[in-house]
Amino acid sequence: MRMLEVSDLGHTYQGKDGAHTAIDGLGFSVEAGELVCVVGPSGCGKSTLLRTIAGLVRPTSGRVMLHGTPVDGVPSDLAVVFQDYSRSLFPWMSVTRNVEFPLRKLSRRKRAARAAEALSAVGLGKAGRKYPWQLSGGMQQRVAIARALAYRPALLLMDEPFASVDAQTRFELEDLLLRVRREQDTTILLVTHDIDESVYLGDRVLVLSKSPATVVADLDVPLGPVRDQIGTRASGEFVDLRARVAGMLQGNTPVGAR
Amino acid sequence: MIGLAGFFALWEAASRTGLVPDYYLRPPSVVLPTLVRLLGDNHFQRALVATVLATLIALVIATAIAVPAGLLLGSVPVVRRAVMTLVEFLRPIPSVAIIPLAVITVGSGPETKIGLAVYAATWPILFNTMYALDEIDPLHVQTARAFGVRRLSVLTRVALPSAAPFVLTGVRLALALSLGVVISTEFFTGGTIGLGQYAMEAAEGTNMMAEVLATTVLAGALGLGANAALEWAHRKAFAWSLPRGGER
Repeated sequence: MRMLEVSDLGHTYQGKDGAHTAIDGLGFSVEAGELVCVVGPSGCGKSTLLRTIAGLVRPTSGRVMLHGTPVDGVPSDLAVVFQDYSRSLFPWMSVTRNVEFPLRKLSRRKRAARAAEALSAVGLGKAGRKYPWQLSGGMQQRVAIARALAYRPALLLMDEPFASVDAQTRFELEDLLLRVRREQDTTILLVTHDIDESVYLGDRVLVLSKSPATVVADLDVPLGPVRDQIGTRASGEFVDLRARVAGMLQGNTPVGAR
Repeated sequence: MIGLAGFFALWEAASRTGLVPDYYLRPPSVVLPTLVRLLGDNHFQRALVATVLATLIALVIATAIAVPAGLLLGSVPVVRRAVMTLVEFLRPIPSVAIIPLAVITVGSGPETKIGLAVYAATWPILFNTMYALDEIDPLHVQTARAFGVRRLSVLTRVALPSAAPFVLTGVRLALALSLGVVISTEFFTGGTIGLGQYAMEAAEGTNMMAEVLATTVLAGALGLGANAALEWAHRKAFAWSLPRGGER
């Protein structure tokens, strides 16, 4: 089943010093159950793309279809994990309350059950009563991931989710994401500027051009569902793929576009 | 506390050495026992209750007006642009300056002092609420929006809790103002009971300066106590908003 279809998407900001086209004629699709990474140079419009899919920004052209329905406003079965966990979690709520935040339509008991389940899935089963600012950065981002998972979205959008944590924590969170996604069969679109991360995590990698962003290449990542930080990153396929992505990002002729 | 003790010591010294005639400025060693005696006096007790009650009622009314108004002004730029000039015109008018007008038009009942205190107390709460809304993290709003929270609900689920510590600070500022205005109005209005009126009547008697000063000290103590209570509530309820010195 086709979960997401983006066709001919464009967005132009009207700024003080003229118009700025962030994305232009972008098109791709994501199948249900896939984890697709979008990688592109800094400032190429990746975040705009993501916010457009989330219905937070209205595109100036083109359209976004979420399981067959055009996106107009914020879709009800979509969750976003932002890069800046410290600003995306609500500091006045406990960890549990944060995770329960999107579940207000459920009964109190169901909310509590879902939150507990999501928190234990990210290894924070005992932190529910703490406040976000009492946790480390990596743990805060786990809370943000738990909040998104508890919502059980059809599509999970992640905007540079691991860019603000240290390298060790990033590896842990990447593996956490792969595990959770195997267990819960979530469809994920993850935006990153980190080439290695995009290849390590993705079933597919979409390479974007410099601003205004267009899709330069759409690469399959044949590394299988189970990956390993040391073994996978050392494998020939990984090394080869990351070199191809790096080459394309540096503006060499696109190869392998399909 | 040291500052307060020093102030009383200085006052005692000034009065004892004759720096100021002690007929007018009775020393604390006379004033404080007078205050203790007054606190046991039925007439004085009623005055105290009347003043405290009027202050609290004014504070509650002012909060009920200023918080929704602040939310409105803080979140709808059109409304804000439309009424800000009026607000900036009214705000600098000290409520003490309109006491005579209010006494003549409204009368000298408790509604006058409460009304004037509401006027004074509304501004700090209104401005703190409004500016707190300007400071809301746009990512908090986007997060809520992305989880399908509608714009109006964002106001109550995100904006209000996020602004709450600033609102409480506004209430704290408003409390002192409200108390001051209530007592000032009581000075002017003969028909009402309250600490201000009690001090006024005491001043007309002979050799009653100790009672006037005792009432003044009590007004200060009330403000101090109420402020401490609100600060405590702030620390309890809004621990998340306190500076944490980089500790994570």
